[in-house]
Amino acid sequence: MESLTNLQNGEKGKIVKLEGGYTFRLKLRVMGIREGKVVKVITTQPFYGPIVVEIAGRQTTLGRGIAERILVGKPQKNK
Amino acid sequence: MLPKIILMGNPNIGKSAIFSRLTGANVVISNYPGTTVDFTKGKMRLEGERFEIIDPPGVYSLRPFSKAEEIAVKILRKGDLIINIVDATNLERSLFLTLDLLEKGKPIIIALNLWDEAKHTGIEIDVKKIEELLKVPVVPTVAITGEGIKKLVSRIKEAKSLKIRHLNEKEKWAKIGEIIKKVQKVKHRHHALRERLAEATVKPATGIPIALIIIALSFWVVRFIGENLIGYIFEPLFGFYSSLIMKVSNWLGPGFLHNVFIGKLIEGEIDYVESMGILTTGLFVPFGMVLPYIIAFYLILGILEDSGYLPRLATLTDNIFHKLGMHGYGIVPVFLGLGCNVPGALSSRILETRKQRFISATLLGIAVPCMAQIAMIFGILGSYGLSYIFIVFGTLFILYIVAGFILNKFVKGESPEIFLEIPPYRKPFLKTVLKKTWMRVRWFLTEAIPWLFLGVLLVNILYAIGFLEWIGNIFAPLMEGWFGLPKEATTALLIGFLRKDLAVGMLLPLGMTIGQLVIAVIILAIYFPCVATFVVLIKELGIKDTIKSTLIMLAIALIVGGIMRLILI
Repeated sequence: MESLTNLQNGEKGKIVKLEGGYTFRLKLRVMGIREGKVVKVITTQPFYGPIVVEIAGRQTTLGRGIAERILVGKPQKNK
Repeated sequence: MLPKIILMGNPNIGKSAIFSRLTGANVVISNYPGTTVDFTKGKMRLEGERFEIIDPPGVYSLRPFSKAEEIAVKILRKGDLIINIVDATNLERSLFLTLDLLEKGKPIIIALNLWDEAKHTGIEIDVKKIEELLKVPVVPTVAITGEGIKKLVSRIKEAKSLKIRHLNEKEKWAKIGEIIKKVQKVKHRHHALRERLAEATVKPATGIPIALIIIALSFWVVRFIGENLIGYIFEPLFGFYSSLIMKVSNWLGPGFLHNVFIGKLIEGEIDYVESMGILTTGLFVPFGMVLPYIIAFYLILGILEDSGYLPRLATLTDNIFHKLGMHGYGIVPVFLGLGCNVPGALSSRILETRKQRFISATLLGIAVPCMAQIAMIFGILGSYGLSYIFIVFGTLFILYIVAGFILNKFVKGESPEIFLEIPPYRKPFLKTVLKKTWMRVRWFLTEAIPWLFLGVLLVNILYAIGFLEWIGNIFAPLMEGWFGLPKEATTALLIGFLRKDLAVGMLLPLGMTIGQLVIAVIILAIYFPCVATFVVLIKELGIKDTIKSTLIMLAIALIVGGIMRLILI
C-alpha cells in the first residue's frame, strides 16, 4: 500500500484506502474516487503541482496534498 | 408565484444545455443573496401553464461540501418539481445524487443526458429497466442536438414523488451497484483521437505550448470581434448621438454644468475620448469601449468553458497559482483582465474563498494592464526600443508573482487545493454559449454599468470643483522627491482614475527622460485600478476589502516606484 503520488505516469493501481475525515472521503467518493476502483496516473505537473488521474474513463485533477491521502495497492505496470 | 422546476445534476454533463433547450429568451443570472454564487433562471410554458426553471450549480451529492453546493441544496428546497440530469456516460456516479434526490420526496423525472456519447463509448443502458427499478420516468436525451427534449417535456407531468427509506452511504453504493449490474452493459470503445488530444493538452510538455497558442488565438478573436462591434455598431450609434449632445452643449453654455456633463470641447467638437464629460466620455467608455470587448470576451470564455478546455488550463497553471494563494482557475481573471479589468474583476468569483478572490482581484489591479493600456505603452515606449517595453512588462510579471507570494503568506483565510473533474472535450453548443453570453452581458448592463456611471460622475464633479487639482498639488512633492518625476505627471496619474490608456498618453508631452517615462508608466499601471474596475471591486469584495486592496496597491506603487528610480535614473 502506498500513496497515489508514488505512481509513475501511466501506472495503475487499485484504490485501497482514503485517509482523512469522513467529509473528505465522501467528497472523493461522490466524485468517483472510491475504494476498489482502479486509478491511472495520466500526468504529474512539475513543481509540486497537481496530478491528473483517470478512473473509469474519467479524468480528475487533484492537488498533491489530496493525492497523497489516496492509498493504492501495488502498481500494475502494464498500460 | 410560478411553480418552480429545478434542474439537478453533476457538473459538466450538459445541464445548462438542457436549461437553454427548455427556456426562452427571458433568462437571467441571479446571485444568491449574500454570496458570490450564481445560478440561472428562465421560464417555460407547458400545456398553457407557466413554470420557472432554475439551474443551480452542479453538485455530486446533497451534502454541502462547498458554498455552491450549499446554495444548490437551498434552491432545491423551494422547488416544486425536479428534473434530475443523469450522465449516461457515468451512470454509477450520477446515481448517487439521484438516490439523494429521491429521498426528498419531491416529484422527479430523470433526463439521461449524453445518450449519444454513451453509445459511442460502448455503454448500453436499458432505459425500461432503470425506470422500473427507480420507479420514476427516465428519458434519454442529447441536449446538444435536442434529441429527446420533446419527450422529456411531454413526460414532465408524469414526474413522481416517492416515499423511500433513507439509506446511509454504504447502502447507497450497494444499491447503485445492484442497479448498474441490471441495466448497464459496457464494451469499452476507445476514442483514440479525442483521448490523445485530451492527454496532449494536459501534459506540461505539450500542454503549455498549446495553451499559449489557444490564449493568443483567443485574444486575436476577441480583438477582431471587439473592433468590428465598435466599428460597425457602436461608433455609428455614437455618431448619431453626437448631433444630439452638441445641442445639449450649446443649450448649457460654458460653466460648471457643462464641465460635468459635456466636458471640454476639443476644437469646438466633442471628443468622446478626451472631453471627459459624464454624457460624453462617461457614456462612451462603458458603452463604446468596454461593452464591445465584454461581449467578445464572454463569448470566447463561454466557448472555452463549454468545450472543456478551461479545467485543463487550470490544471496546467495550478502549480504557479496555488503558490500565490489561489488555484488554477486564477488564470481566468488574468486572461479576461488583460482585455479589460472590469470582466477580469467580475470573474474573480470563479474562485471559492474570500482569500482567493481578494488576492486575485488585488493582483489584477496591481499587475494586469488592460488591452487599451498595453496598446498605449507600446505606442509611447516603442520608439525607444523593445527593451524598455520588456522592462515594464517584466516588472509587472515579477510583481504579480512576488506580491502574490507575499499576500498568500499574510492574507487570512483558506486556499483549498485544486480538485476538479476534467470533462471530455465536447463541441460547444452554440445556443448555450450565446445564451450564457447574453445573460452575462445583461448582468453587466444592469449591475455594473449604473455603478460605473456613478463613479465617473463623482470623479467628474471632483475634477470640476478643483478637488483633484488640489490633491495633485499635495502630491507634487512626492512625485518629485520620491519618484523623480515632474510634478505635472501627477495630473496624468489622477486622470488614470478615469482612463488609464489616456493617462499614459498624457505622459508624452512632459518631456521626460526614458527612465522617468518607464517609471511613470509602471506606477500608473500599479497604483490604482480605473474607476470602472474600482466600482466592480467594491461590489465583489465589499468596501472594507476594497480599501485594503487599494492601500496595498498604493504601497506597492510607492515601493516599486522608489526602487525603479534608484535603478533607472
